[in-house]
Amino acid sequence: MFETIWFVIWGVAWAVYFMLDGFDLGLGTLFPFLAKDETEKRILVNAMGPFWDGNEVWLITAGGVTFAAFPRAYAIMFSGLYTPLMLLLFALILRGVAFEFRNKEDSRAWRATWDTCLVAGSFLPALLLGVAFANIFQGLPLDAAGLFHGNLFTLLNPYGLLGGVLFVVIFAVHGALWLATRTEGDLQARAGRMATSLWIVEAVVAVAFLAMTWFSTRLWQNVLAKPVLLVLPLLAVAGLLALRVFAAKGAWWKAWFASSALILGAVLFGVAGLFPNLLPSSLDPAASVTAFNAASSPLTLKIMLGVVLCFLPIVIGYQVWVYLTFRDTLTAESIRKGY
Amino acid sequence: MDVLALSRLQFAVATYFHFLFVPLTLGLSMLVAIMETLYVRSGDEDYKRMTKFWGKLFLINFAVGIVTGLTLEFQFGTNWSRYSAYVGDIFGSLLAIEATAAFFLESTFIAVWFFGWEKLSKKAHATAIWLVAIASNISAFWILVANAWMQHPTGFVMRNGRAELADFVAVITQRFAILEFIHTLGGAYLTAGFFVLGISAWHLIRKQETEFFRKSFRVAAVWTLVFALFEIAQGHMNAEILGKAQPTKLAAMEAHWETGRNVPMNLVAWPDAAHERNAVQGLAVPGGLSLMATYSTDGEVKGLKDYPVAERPPVLPVFLSFRAMVGLAFLFLAVGLWAFLKRHAITEQHRFLRVLPWLIPLPYLANELGWTIAELGRQPWIVYGLMKTSDAVSPISTGQVGTSLVAFFLVYALLGAVDFYLLFKFARKGPEAAPAAAK
Repeated sequence: MFETIWFVIWGVAWAVYFMLDGFDLGLGTLFPFLAKDETEKRILVNAMGPFWDGNEVWLITAGGVTFAAFPRAYAIMFSGLYTPLMLLLFALILRGVAFEFRNKEDSRAWRATWDTCLVAGSFLPALLLGVAFANIFQGLPLDAAGLFHGNLFTLLNPYGLLGGVLFVVIFAVHGALWLATRTEGDLQARAGRMATSLWIVEAVVAVAFLAMTWFSTRLWQNVLAKPVLLVLPLLAVAGLLALRVFAAKGAWWKAWFASSALILGAVLFGVAGLFPNLLPSSLDPAASVTAFNAASSPLTLKIMLGVVLCFLPIVIGYQVWVYLTFRDTLTAESIRKGY
Repeated sequence: MDVLALSRLQFAVATYFHFLFVPLTLGLSMLVAIMETLYVRSGDEDYKRMTKFWGKLFLINFAVGIVTGLTLEFQFGTNWSRYSAYVGDIFGSLLAIEATAAFFLESTFIAVWFFGWEKLSKKAHATAIWLVAIASNISAFWILVANAWMQHPTGFVMRNGRAELADFVAVITQRFAILEFIHTLGGAYLTAGFFVLGISAWHLIRKQETEFFRKSFRVAAVWTLVFALFEIAQGHMNAEILGKAQPTKLAAMEAHWETGRNVPMNLVAWPDAAHERNAVQGLAVPGGLSLMATYSTDGEVKGLKDYPVAERPPVLPVFLSFRAMVGLAFLFLAVGLWAFLKRHAITEQHRFLRVLPWLIPLPYLANELGWTIAELGRQPWIVYGLMKTSDAVSPISTGQVGTSLVAFFLVYALLGAVDFYLLFKFARKGPEAAPAAAK
């Protein structure tokens, strides 16, 4: 019972993380393609500025939930995926300081250096997390003792790589739409065009990924066994289509929310399809790490449920307040006046 | 080197480096919050400029503190997976509480504070920095409760081949955790105090923005004296609990070999672990160690010889770190006292002002020495008495850890160089010109 509740919390934490940090990772990836000059670069940075740090804490929370509720899964996942996680870590470190450092020195080379960190530090996490989750969906080479029989290249199989591309493209569209909601004029038009042209790639990759999921994983079988869960992939597909319709009308906020629905639907579909596995084993189904064989003690799960139910609503409350406070349109004028 | 040695080295690099930035975050956030409150209450523009100037330095420091903190959460899983699986029921929960109860608040409102000067009312804006300050201190609380549990595990049962939570309240209210928390905060606040004193002194010697830096100096002088006194008085309480909770650590800190009563404290010594004695020792305070550890000169203090060699920490580094840390603490008290007494006529204290900037690194050193005592003094245990460090390491390859270790050295060297360069640059540049002067 508590294990199942925590499995849901685990999945929702990841889904919310991807929905929120997704737009700033995507916008960071598109940075060199969207910003023409220093003023536009600063507009892009300011479109992420008040939010990215708080968004990233959802990743820490997703990791923390894994550690607290499923310590064995945390131990196996983090040690088994050692190299990709270290790459993710270094990417996030350089990205985080890039925001702070880039405007601290009046030099082109200085800014170019930190902008490179910002771009690489946005692109790599999207790619790595996509590769990691696709591999988790299809199963990791884990033995009964939880030892990972493979290396970084084990993860770079066709399905894993397609997952990586999917995350990068979804986040890029999500980020371009976010920029369109926050800007006006030429920059907004370019952001919108970027979103609609990338949308074609997004749709093709998403359909290919969903099709390949049928053959490479057991997600569809698990979801079809409980047809009510079909609402999740349907939400993703509806989001994908609605996104395009709203973008064509220039309704950017609606398009961004449709993109959010796509991300929530897609991630929760993957999580629901995994249940009860957290890390299915491709070597031996019995060696899979599940919500039940990896869970913390009932007392810990109960206390932590109290903590989460008490604090997460507060967190969501003030984060929504921050989004509402900083929702104004960013222009060359507002950039000159502020910061 | 093997995976264990490499992983320990990597943990040491990551933790020492992270803790170069954390204390200033904890202390300076409070000082900046106090400055902004003074501004809101008095309307004095100087306090607003102080908030902005010290706030800018705070942010430069804060960025590296945050990102290097990510490493620590990752490392328990990547390099210490057997530990994580063994104690995650308790330790993992504490880290998760830290994220939901404190880290969210801190990370969200630091951005509100930075971007919100024009968007929020004065009071709301000052509230944002208070939330950052309080959240970062609450964050420290949960992290230190988790560390204290490794030092002195309590409130658990051994079940299903791991440590499981039995009494949550015991874990978060144990005396060891509370003492560790306030001791760490004291050190952090001193770090911020010396930082502000030192940079203010640098400008006062050069007669730049004298009024501005005299005000900054006065705030920091009171602050530094209070926490220097606090840290020394409170440090004594730690000795007492160590005698009970971690006798091998206390014995190593004092290079104390033979269990006995009425044990003196040797102010000078050179431990010789191979021969289980001190090669030299002198300046003994009769009954000093007994008094410190038990509040009675006749109290019994366990010596290292009571424990198997395999269960003793490395004596020399722990002993030397402790001597150096305590020596620094008394220096801090002397400096704090002088700064406080002379705070109204500080511009005449030329020699003192010239020395102060050079003292900025010393609290940093004291903090790192403190962690050396805490972590090295706990060895060979990762969880004292429960799990050895050598049993905790992940089943990973030397190639993996070796590569990541090199990457840590490179990336951290770069971050450290850039961050300290920027701190120097903006500290020397001084505050923005006052609005009146600008006209």
